[in-house]
Amino acid sequence: MSAVLEISGLTVDIPVAAGDLHAVRGIDFSVDKGETLCIVGESGCGKSLTSLSIMGLLPKRAKINADKMQFTGTDLLSLKERELAAIRGNRMAMIFQEPMTSLNPAYTIGNQLMEPYLRHKKSSDKEARERAIYLLERVGITAAASRLSQYPHQLSGGLRQRVMIAMALMCDPELIIADEPTTALDVTIQAQILHLLAELRNEFNSALILITHDLGVVARVADKVAVMYAGKIVEAGTVEEIFNQPLHPYTQGLINCIPVPGKTARGSRLGSIPGIVPTLIGDIKGCSFRNRCGFAHDACDTNDPFHTLNPGRGYRCTLDVPACEANAKELASA
Amino acid sequence: MTGQTPPPVLEMQDVTKTYMIRRGIFSPKQPLHAVNGISLKINKGDVLGLVGESGCGKSTLAKILLGLELPSSGEIFIDGEPAYQNGDRTAIARRIQPIFQDPYSSLNPRKTIGSIVSLPLRVHKVGDPSTWRKAVEDILDIVGLPRRVYDSYPNQLSGGQRQRVAIARALIMKPEIVICDEPTSALDVSVQSQILNLLMDLREELNLTYVLISHNLAVVEHIATKVAVMYLGRIVEETGTDKLFEAARHPYTSALLSSVLTPEPGLGVPDSGLGIAFPNPINPPSGCTFHPRCAKAFGPCSVDKPPVIQDADGSVECHLYA
Repeated sequence: MSAVLEISGLTVDIPVAAGDLHAVRGIDFSVDKGETLCIVGESGCGKSLTSLSIMGLLPKRAKINADKMQFTGTDLLSLKERELAAIRGNRMAMIFQEPMTSLNPAYTIGNQLMEPYLRHKKSSDKEARERAIYLLERVGITAAASRLSQYPHQLSGGLRQRVMIAMALMCDPELIIADEPTTALDVTIQAQILHLLAELRNEFNSALILITHDLGVVARVADKVAVMYAGKIVEAGTVEEIFNQPLHPYTQGLINCIPVPGKTARGSRLGSIPGIVPTLIGDIKGCSFRNRCGFAHDACDTNDPFHTLNPGRGYRCTLDVPACEANAKELASA
Repeated sequence: MTGQTPPPVLEMQDVTKTYMIRRGIFSPKQPLHAVNGISLKINKGDVLGLVGESGCGKSTLAKILLGLELPSSGEIFIDGEPAYQNGDRTAIARRIQPIFQDPYSSLNPRKTIGSIVSLPLRVHKVGDPSTWRKAVEDILDIVGLPRRVYDSYPNQLSGGQRQRVAIARALIMKPEIVICDEPTSALDVSVQSQILNLLMDLREELNLTYVLISHNLAVVEHIATKVAVMYLGRIVEETGTDKLFEAARHPYTSALLSSVLTPEPGLGVPDSGLGIAFPNPINPPSGCTFHPRCAKAFGPCSVDKPPVIQDADGSVECHLYA
């Protein structure tokens, strides 16, 4: 398996009035062909900025640095804007969170679908049109040909999200980044869209990065999971490892927060993570989760080590594995 | 219990709401039955979960309950008394209060928290203005906010704190019924559980009745005592939470339940078999409005309206049980 995307030591800093906001503070991950990586985390953890930095869509004033940021062997950071534009939308594509706002209301669906194909593949209108119709049908839109002349406001939320997915697939990308693709949708449509994404990933053998805070989605679609907190990856592993043996207290807390039908006693108190996310402006020392962690001790004020257990599996904590497992038991029974 | 049982705290009898929609400049107006004959009884202390896809009429129903929309027909009773006496909706507003979905847009950014939370007191002219500050501080204590936020603005608070402000605003009128419209879906996972815990605590402390509108079935399963499933303006199944999650009767309920993504790795994404086509509410399908998407549809489904079957477990509206 060859890595489609390999990132190490990625940092994103945003200058604000009070100093630099360290939004992403050194993260490493890779994703292979045909693989789904879920990046989990809450608002402000840097997951969306990570995806934007891969796409080269960060705001101008943001400062980006990485030891390595390779897309199928090409160093993304050394590319000029024009070279990046040739890759973006073509070999890697993004599905944005809000289907309501990320389609242009002034252009027809057909126009917006065909644009990347016409631009990158230098195809004829006829070919682009056929490709658009084919993909609309693949994402389960009926009467696809007649949809091409419709405007976004004429479609429901679920249909718009499907159009966004079709648009991302137009050029057969090697990497798809989906940022909360189903958050705004009904459960029934959510299940269908995720079904579809998995099916298309298998069919086109693309790599898929799915950014979400919904652990139900993560459990059902991910191969690998990276849990982000305050700009760092605090735990990484396969989906089974993350759910069956969560080591970082933040991962453990997240899993305890959600009611599971049939498992959580009805009406019982749900676990919660007290406190709020720390500010990421200025110098940050030690573990950024220590203020919300029930197991914090003195070492957490200065140390923030990442333990790699085996390739692709690791966690960021001052405690060792048996201690973390004991914590998990304590949290689950509390 | 001695004597007669108390009337349900909230009762709806055959409530409908019809909007007249014009689809083009010159075309005639057509009726859209957003809420199409709903009868419900909610007892004191119940948590009624109201579930269904977008467009099924659950938000319209919430607006009717809040007095923001008048029903086209039907009656609503609070504690056995008609809710709309002389068309006065302030009476209903005093006893039923809302908590909205998005605490980022439901709080006025230019008002202080104190002003936002005390607004219902000012509107309804409750008590003496000199007591309002005390009342707000008391309610802030109850929802777990520090008193110092009194003079803060919404943008100084986190999402979870804002939702607590919205809850404080709903509770300051000491309502009997609180309508929670997706109270946690705009919040982060770790904050969602805090708000759900708070709602459950408040219900016990203040003896509240909730109508919980949500499409997160895991949340509904966790805190609701009974559940009503809506489809195209009708309640197609209504029963206790245990019954619904153990043995759903209506095929639509089963399909909804099968789409829930529980955090269990390895199970894959379920296929509800519903297809994408939510029907056009202006021109609903004949017979049972669910039949084009139903896996168990047979002869009468496309022709006759399904009967409402009432029994000890609740009600279900389906030809399968006729």
